[in-house]
Amino acid sequence: MLSAKQLESYITQHLSCDFIEVLGDDGTHFEAVIVSPAFEGKSMVQQHQLVYGALGERMRAEIHALSMKTYTPQKWQELNIK
Amino acid sequence: MDTQARIKETVTTNNIVLYMKGSPKFPQCGFSNLATQILDACDAKYVAVDVLADQEIREGIKQYANWPTIPQLYVKGEFVGGADIMRAMYESGELQAMLAGA
Repeated sequence: MLSAKQLESYITQHLSCDFIEVLGDDGTHFEAVIVSPAFEGKSMVQQHQLVYGALGERMRAEIHALSMKTYTPQKWQELNIK
Repeated sequence: MDTQARIKETVTTNNIVLYMKGSPKFPQCGFSNLATQILDACDAKYVAVDVLADQEIREGIKQYANWPTIPQLYVKGEFVGGADIMRAMYESGELQAMLAGA
């Protein structure tokens, strides 16, 4: 069964992240918060596509649902100051 | 007509299209359910396509916008996003504005 930790490592292998947290313990449904400098200047659709791209075929085969929130490092900092 | 052409025709001849699992009355997945609730909260008139009823569309729609998950929202032929993005845009008011103009 796929664990949240494994999913986290799949993402970070292909996408450099300042912060990542993946939750979910049923093996198919996951929630993630991902902060990456690669998101800079990109639309939300493009940011999510980067994460899907990092997961590649696993997204079709192993993962039924991945709900995610993506932030640039700057946006993340602003949110955490509030 | 091939699958990609069928999808293109659907999203360009209808202003608001939601590809989802199940129907708005009987969504078959929590994310599709959330997507219909958001569209209803925006008072949007939309065309829903049940991907579970057509295997070619179910696979084809993932390639169409290079997006591996369902639901998918299209406004005036443009891919807007999946459930997470719809929720974020609804919370910021961006989605209501976009749909009101569609």
